[in-house]
Amino acid sequence: MFVLNGYEYLLGFLLTCSLVPILALSASKLLRPSGGGPERRTTYESGMEPIGGAWIQFNIRYYMFALVFVVFDVETVFLYPWAVAFSQLGLLAFIEALVFIAILVIALVYAWRKGALEWS
Amino acid sequence: MNSGIDLQGTFIQSLSDFGISAELAKVFWMPFPMLLMIIGATVGVLVNVWLERKISAAAQQRIGPEYAGPLGVLQPVADGLKLVFKEDIQPAKSDPILFTMGPVLVVMPVFLSYLIVPFGQNLVITNINTGVFLWIALSSIVPIGLLMAGYSSNNKYSLLGGLRAAAQSISYEIPLALSVLAIVMMSNSLNTIDIVNQQADYGILSWNIWRQPVGFVIFWIAALAECERLPFDLPEAEEELVAGYQTEYSGMKFALFFVGSYVNLVLSALLVAILYLGGWSSPIPIDMLSNLLGVDPSTSWVQVVDASLGISMTLLKAYFLVFIAILTRWTVPRVRIDQLLNLGWKFLLPISLANLLITAALKLAFPTAFGG
Repeated sequence: MFVLNGYEYLLGFLLTCSLVPILALSASKLLRPSGGGPERRTTYESGMEPIGGAWIQFNIRYYMFALVFVVFDVETVFLYPWAVAFSQLGLLAFIEALVFIAILVIALVYAWRKGALEWS
Repeated sequence: MNSGIDLQGTFIQSLSDFGISAELAKVFWMPFPMLLMIIGATVGVLVNVWLERKISAAAQQRIGPEYAGPLGVLQPVADGLKLVFKEDIQPAKSDPILFTMGPVLVVMPVFLSYLIVPFGQNLVITNINTGVFLWIALSSIVPIGLLMAGYSSNNKYSLLGGLRAAAQSISYEIPLALSVLAIVMMSNSLNTIDIVNQQADYGILSWNIWRQPVGFVIFWIAALAECERLPFDLPEAEEELVAGYQTEYSGMKFALFFVGSYVNLVLSALLVAILYLGGWSSPIPIDMLSNLLGVDPSTSWVQVVDASLGISMTLLKAYFLVFIAILTRWTVPRVRIDQLLNLGWKFLLPISLANLLITAALKLAFPTAFGG
């Protein structure tokens, strides 16, 4: 019936889990009061009239961290199959992974020296 | 290694006796563990909220909730009911779809991760081989929800909180994934059940914490940061950002964030228990105990005791870790955002890489002690 045995539960659980927010939000929709004037729906800004919007350009710093993250996240994804099969692979695989990680450590050192990991 | 009780197998077998095909019986069986797990997770949140309030009260020499039920145990239920009846205020300038999608995307992956949490040899929703990898994948959906919530609110505090939350989660995801990798390497499997079985041979002595002490500390710090618990609760730092990405949320949508964060805490504690503290296995192996008492481990009542002991052990270990997390919250001050990112990128990331390589080297040198 399913090609990947055991994953039909993932699908089923996804549907069951989606019931949690649906039930919670619809129950509250039935029970809660509604109303309130336009003042209630203004943006909160510590009691002040909001000045400008928030959909603006923001600090480049966040992009730098996201970029470094992508590099290392992909690295861990590559390392997972290596780790699972490591007991069958032996010394050569260890050296290969060492080289692979060394290249990424150089990337980390580069990012570090260039100040991509600084918050200022 | 005895196989333990198999509720699914028994259920399908007994339905097959009535002439129902095994596939159909499996479809009938499927909702039971799922609903049970979701109800269990929700009750876990209530227990967790109560514990948090009671322990924080004790840490500050207060009494805490005491009127709703004995020792105030019904206080979280009262809080939840209150939130259901609260008005849902949506800012006029916000993006309505993303504003609702945000909390949903935060809460759903966390519940979905319970798919791979085992409470016994067969007491798991599904025994799939991707196990912890699925959890890592699911946990990276949460920052998207946080960003959505922060950005769609069109509020400066929310935007900053959402960006901080995303930066924090992605920074700590890599040390987390790398410390899980070291465990995966030792058990030669991503499957959570294999990971626990690999630690079950000699009771407390064979738990992974003794072979992965550094990994344990990295995982725990990273898990606290992923859950946005103090000392890493910068995204919702009250003194700076009001409530971070939650600022504009009220009523049930706020409750979804709240439930999500507590379910995530319990989930992280459960995973620490599974990966490092032997999961459902008791400190003294159950086979050894039954040999000592002279009972046959395959008799049905021993199996039932074994299964209940396994569930209690998992929960005991997890809630002990939750207790530590709550005490940490009331003991240490909050870090700054630059300190947080420095800790993640310049300390935990190199250390977790070194930990992985040392584990690999030790596995080559001592194959039997590190999982063969």
